[in-house]
Amino acid sequence: MAASANAVTGTKARSRFWRAPMLESLPLRLSVVVICLLWTVPTAGLLVTSFRNPQLITKTGWWDGLLNAFQPNQWTLNNYASVLSGDNMGTAFLNSLIVTIPSTVIPITIAAFAAYAFAWIPFRGRGILFIIVVALLVVPLQMALIPILKLYSGASLYGTFLGIWLAHTAFGLPLAIFLLYNFMSQLPRDLFESASIDGATAFQTFIGLVLPLSLPALGAFAIFQFLWVWNDLLVALVFLGPGKDVQVMPTALYNMIGPRGGAWHLLTAGAFLTMIVPLGVFLALQRFFVRGILAGSVK
Amino acid sequence: MAQDRAQGSASESFGTPRWVLVASLIGLLFAALGVTVLIDPHGGQNLLAAIYERLGNAAGADALRNGQGDQFFAKLLLAAIALLVGVGGIWLLFTSAATIVERFPPRIRDRIIPWVFIAPALVLLTIYLVYPAVSTVIQSFFDQKGVFTLANWASLGKGEFLEILRNNIIWLVVATAGSVGLGLLVAALFDRIRRESLAKVFIFTPLAISLVGATVIWKFVYAIQPPSEPQFGLLNAIWTAFGNKAVAWSTTFPINLPAEMLIMIWLQTGFAMVVLSAAIKGVSVEVLEAARLDGASERQIFFGIIIPLIRGSIVTVTTTVAIATLKIFDIVFSVSGGLNHDNVVAVRMFQEMFQFFNTGRAAALATILFIAVLPVMILNLRNFRRQAAM
Repeated sequence: MAASANAVTGTKARSRFWRAPMLESLPLRLSVVVICLLWTVPTAGLLVTSFRNPQLITKTGWWDGLLNAFQPNQWTLNNYASVLSGDNMGTAFLNSLIVTIPSTVIPITIAAFAAYAFAWIPFRGRGILFIIVVALLVVPLQMALIPILKLYSGASLYGTFLGIWLAHTAFGLPLAIFLLYNFMSQLPRDLFESASIDGATAFQTFIGLVLPLSLPALGAFAIFQFLWVWNDLLVALVFLGPGKDVQVMPTALYNMIGPRGGAWHLLTAGAFLTMIVPLGVFLALQRFFVRGILAGSVK
Repeated sequence: MAQDRAQGSASESFGTPRWVLVASLIGLLFAALGVTVLIDPHGGQNLLAAIYERLGNAAGADALRNGQGDQFFAKLLLAAIALLVGVGGIWLLFTSAATIVERFPPRIRDRIIPWVFIAPALVLLTIYLVYPAVSTVIQSFFDQKGVFTLANWASLGKGEFLEILRNNIIWLVVATAGSVGLGLLVAALFDRIRRESLAKVFIFTPLAISLVGATVIWKFVYAIQPPSEPQFGLLNAIWTAFGNKAVAWSTTFPINLPAEMLIMIWLQTGFAMVVLSAAIKGVSVEVLEAARLDGASERQIFFGIIIPLIRGSIVTVTTTVAIATLKIFDIVFSVSGGLNHDNVVAVRMFQEMFQFFNTGRAAALATILFIAVLPVMILNLRNFRRQAAM
């Protein structure tokens, strides 16, 4: 390639240039733009449609709506208003928060204590127990559904928030323990020695030293688990059931797809409502999330 | 200061102050009360009704108990309790257990404390993963009446189940290869542009969207209208503009299979891109420089140097995406429920549980997924052993 020959004669100082000899050639630029567009257009169509006048949605494509953006009666907020009140999305939003926040905090707490013990407190059986945790990393949660559902109907945990917190907690634990163990075991040994010389107990060392130092790993897993729980449909369907007063957002959206297959003004608004929180969390805390998936691409 | 603390701890012999213990025990009591509200399906309404009665608002209390009145406030009250109990309870549990154990004689204390820290994790993992895994395998060999049978497994070799297994294998191969291949392509392309991180956000963002949400997005792209009406689904609008007849992309077999898999690929490519892009950046510049000086073409460098060097990351990404794809549920379930020859194992398992009430067969289907991940599990264990040995 001619481009690479030119690059060889180029500057040595700009290492980026070395890495990328055809930097910003026109075909490259074009294909990048096309790829980004392809990935964005479906979501954009949904977003535009959710604000369109319901009568127009099935008459013309959403791109027509954009072309005629300044004509009267094109746009409305009514789709959102009727989804929030009529399709249970308001309650589902609260329920999603009730389900997701504890289902994120509880596994992190439990896993942090366990990972600390696995990494720094010697005890009998430590090796074999940790190997079991590693083995559980890939067990499909489908294996748990039938027996746990039976236990739940016996213990009246079916359809309760407590029940789904415990389920999400347990399903998230292997990855959480594994990630936090990897991080905590890298902390310097001197730290723990000087803490124990100061007379700090294991609990105090954990609260005062280990937790603050592990914040990056805790944050990464928190985002991971938050998105997973918020977006989950299967666990919610199985353990919370279809009841309207405990329904979470994915369940509510799923229920709209069936009978309202043609009501695109409601479906698009509902879909966008379910995405607001995860998209916000995601775009705000992207860096943590990237670190998380780079550390934990095993699940 | 430091001396004071040393003396204090010497005279009292345990670290965490007593008031912490007392406070966390009291807190736990409240958390236990909160749990009783949470277990009751109408806990929020009943609690608010009781409060209203205390305040002399009998009518409001009655309305709440009959499912009317201030339902929204009952929900908010429940949400507040749920967050306090869920988030606070777990911390109170650890704090009180640890502060109690700290007061034991040092030898006993040091032996018990690690178990206090790992006990909740062990209990949950045992109840929710270890026991169910064993139980599910056993149940797959029993029929509805509890009699031993091989029928659950035998039925998986027939008719529609063969189709389901076939679909799962197609998903596993095509959706995984598509996500990883596109992720690699995008990572390699974007590595060469100046606004790389901005471009990545576009590919990456679908990862935050739920599979149900993604399904709605794409169902709208695939939407079909009768020929007399204008096509408002993007794909059919383009398709018919070229003079073709509109196609029901998401419900016609066999085109519905790639249509559904595209949703997964759209979502997972960002994940593959992030991991592989980090790996590509890890390839040393000197190596690339030397290859270019030797006159290697960009294509030769990519396939001959970069790909072999990042092979480890490609394997990791492929396994992760493959495991997620194997368990695919939401997309097929929300597109059609697997009615158009597009069913997969996880969806059928759900249907066996809740529509056909055939637990044995559902268990056999779950076990298939389990068997499929066993090689990965063994690989993980072997890798971990090797690391631990070092």
